[in-house]
Amino acid sequence: MSDTIDNIQKTINENKIVLYMKGTPESPQCGFSSRVVQILNELGTMYISFDVLADPDLRSGIKEFSNWPTIPQLYVNGEFVGGCDICVELYTNGELAGILEK
Amino acid sequence: MNELYIKEKIQGGLKDSIVEVTGDGTHFEALIVSPEFEGKNTLQRHKLVYSILQEEMKEAIHALSMKTLTVDEAKEKNIE
Repeated sequence: MSDTIDNIQKTINENKIVLYMKGTPESPQCGFSSRVVQILNELGTMYISFDVLADPDLRSGIKEFSNWPTIPQLYVNGEFVGGCDICVELYTNGELAGILEK
Repeated sequence: MNELYIKEKIQGGLKDSIVEVTGDGTHFEALIVSPEFEGKNTLQRHKLVYSILQEEMKEAIHALSMKTLTVDEAKEKNIE
């Protein structure tokens, strides 16, 4: 498991915006993941995504890494921002755009 | 997994909290008012609730949407 955790750390250090989701941006496999993709697209965000359904180790490793039990998970500048609920809240109160542009 | 179990587990883990839970057996919504949220941002509040439901979140609960408010925030939004 620890190399999964190391890979996650490396990925979020090397990429400004990273979304761990179920499915892909083109075909999300869960409503919550789809909602976050929608928000990022509306904000014209450039990001990379990982499909945890395609990688069981990643699916459990990301939950352990962030100590957050659900997917999707959004990371910006190496920091865990939140899941669907929090991204929607940040988007609705206008804070998310600022976080993404930092 | 039923709403009453989740409600009582959250209440047991958060002092003086008011908790309402609805759901369909795997996806749940919770309204939680507690003084323990004072001085915490939304992420920290949600993490606190997830730590209380750590076991249940592994399998039984697929999704839990939460509104986490302090007593004052609840009053502002006139939630009893």
